Amino acid sequence: MAAVDPSIASDDTLVPTHDLAHTLPAQTLPAQTLPVRTLPAQTLPDGLVVVVKRECATCVMVVPVLARLAATVGVTIFTQDDPTFPDGLASVHDADLGVSWHHQIETVPTLMRVIDAKEVDRTVGWSRAAWQAITGIEDLGDDLVVMRPGCGSLSVDPDREDELRARFGGGVLRARRVELADAEDEIEALFDRGWSDGLPVVPPTEARVLRMLTGTTRAPSDIVAVVPPDLVEVTVEKVAINAVMAGCKPEYLPWVIAALEAACTSEFNIHGVLATTMPMGPVIICNGPGTRAIGMNSGINVLGQGNRANLTIGRAVQLVIRNVGGGRPGEVDRATHGNPGKLSFCFAEDEATSPWTSLSTSLGIAPTTNAVTVFAGEGPRCIVDQLARDPDRLANTFAACLRTMHNPKLVLAFDAILIVGPEHARVFAEAGWDRDRVLSEIHSRLQFPGSELVRGAGGIAEGVPAHLKDATLPKFRPGGLLLVHAGGGAGLFSAMIGGWANGEVGSKPVTREVGS
Amino acid sequence: MSTVILDPTGERRLAEMSRCARPATLAGLTVGLLDISKARGDVFLDRLEQHLVEIGASVKRFRKPTFTKPAPVDLRHEIASQCQVVIEALAD
Repeated sequence: MAAVDPSIASDDTLVPTHDLAHTLPAQTLPAQTLPVRTLPAQTLPDGLVVVVKRECATCVMVVPVLARLAATVGVTIFTQDDPTFPDGLASVHDADLGVSWHHQIETVPTLMRVIDAKEVDRTVGWSRAAWQAITGIEDLGDDLVVMRPGCGSLSVDPDREDELRARFGGGVLRARRVELADAEDEIEALFDRGWSDGLPVVPPTEARVLRMLTGTTRAPSDIVAVVPPDLVEVTVEKVAINAVMAGCKPEYLPWVIAALEAACTSEFNIHGVLATTMPMGPVIICNGPGTRAIGMNSGINVLGQGNRANLTIGRAVQLVIRNVGGGRPGEVDRATHGNPGKLSFCFAEDEATSPWTSLSTSLGIAPTTNAVTVFAGEGPRCIVDQLARDPDRLANTFAACLRTMHNPKLVLAFDAILIVGPEHARVFAEAGWDRDRVLSEIHSRLQFPGSELVRGAGGIAEGVPAHLKDATLPKFRPGGLLLVHAGGGAGLFSAMIGGWANGEVGSKPVTREVGS
Repeated sequence: MSTVILDPTGERRLAEMSRCARPATLAGLTVGLLDISKARGDVFLDRLEQHLVEIGASVKRFRKPTFTKPAPVDLRHEIASQCQVVIEALAD
């Protein structure tokens, strides 16, 4: 659908006439005049204005009241459905629902008082006292019930709302319109243009993008970040377009925006994460009560398939990097193998049953604040220990597995995420080990003599330079191991995610609060 | 009715820039060697420098702070203003 200037009425029966900005109320028009809207939809005529529809019983009930208003002080009646309603009274058919849309009519009847084209008073449904106050007629509707709720306006009908938003709100979108030929398959057309990550994407129509934008209070033109590798400023609108393509719901959009803000920092260095030959992508860990509100998975199969929020938030971030930033495999993305998580790797921490403070809290975010942490990581690997029932032996297993990350002889250069499953976490919790204790116990088990790590030692060429042979070296730098509680309630398993080159050389985990 | 969708790309307008003409000889020219800070890249560049000096080129060495990020703009400007030719070696 092409962009529509919202100031121009789109219905053929409408006559936008600025000269008539202060026209007489509708009921004073000659009887033979067709019901036309004589003002732009954004402008209401002065005096009393009512919006009604025939299929609303409350609207039908107030017809005698409307008749009295028409005969005395005057009233402009907009009818949403039946242009002949109310019978015997002049009304204006809001055929395209433009008046209802622009004036945020959510309920019918809605009574408004307008002075100098500005709404100064409003009531919804039937409230005798409110109608009397707004009209100034003390005995108005005295024969009616004191109060009766109205009905939903057609302009907020879920079946019509997207179309209306596109018709009247499309002017805020700045992206180039791409018209697909009738003979083109929509899904294939998006593949053909190189805008897919290899899976089908949802065609980003105006209606869908505008609906996506309802998920944020930010203006479509706001700049979210500068996206590598092409260093392109990405607007909220472009994020929303890609979020539509990824399959997001509007309520996911603030999470996508926050993840992009975090990923496109110099500290996180998404350029390098993209360009590296290592199998790295942004791993997004979500914290806060909002994760439950939008239905994220932090439990069974937390890193797997099946949860829309987990999968589409991460996918939207990667689509922005591909489509806006220009980061495509084989071009700037030089990964030797990559990993399936480069499609999407996003999950929530299970805070509800966790014995520990959350990851984001440990990184300085208030406990009830929604936040995302991005980490440059590879795919997950399972840590199995079904026998340890005491924390020391479980920590031994964790340390032994973590040592192997990337290469048992490489230390300090890479961070990692340790995702502790609930059954493993319980072992630590029952022993009274808090987050810091768990991490310090693991770190204490990951201190190695340099002689074991130098190049050539153990018959392995890889390793640290020879001059470190007398040093004691830790596997992880301070703060280089991130602890997260997540997974299903059954299974004595945990998971580890190896990181990319860390610190100033490569990437640091970055945490950002999720906005509105 | 045909479907209209919104362009998901950055909609960049690319600036067209042509490459400098390839010199017939490197003799007498200043060649910049950019070390991207990856392990053993300097070994390769040392050898390259020997060859270049032998054929009469003068060599200037430069180094990126980290291989994971693009060369800083000041470094790129320095190379462009001091050299007629640049060789950037990618490790791995």
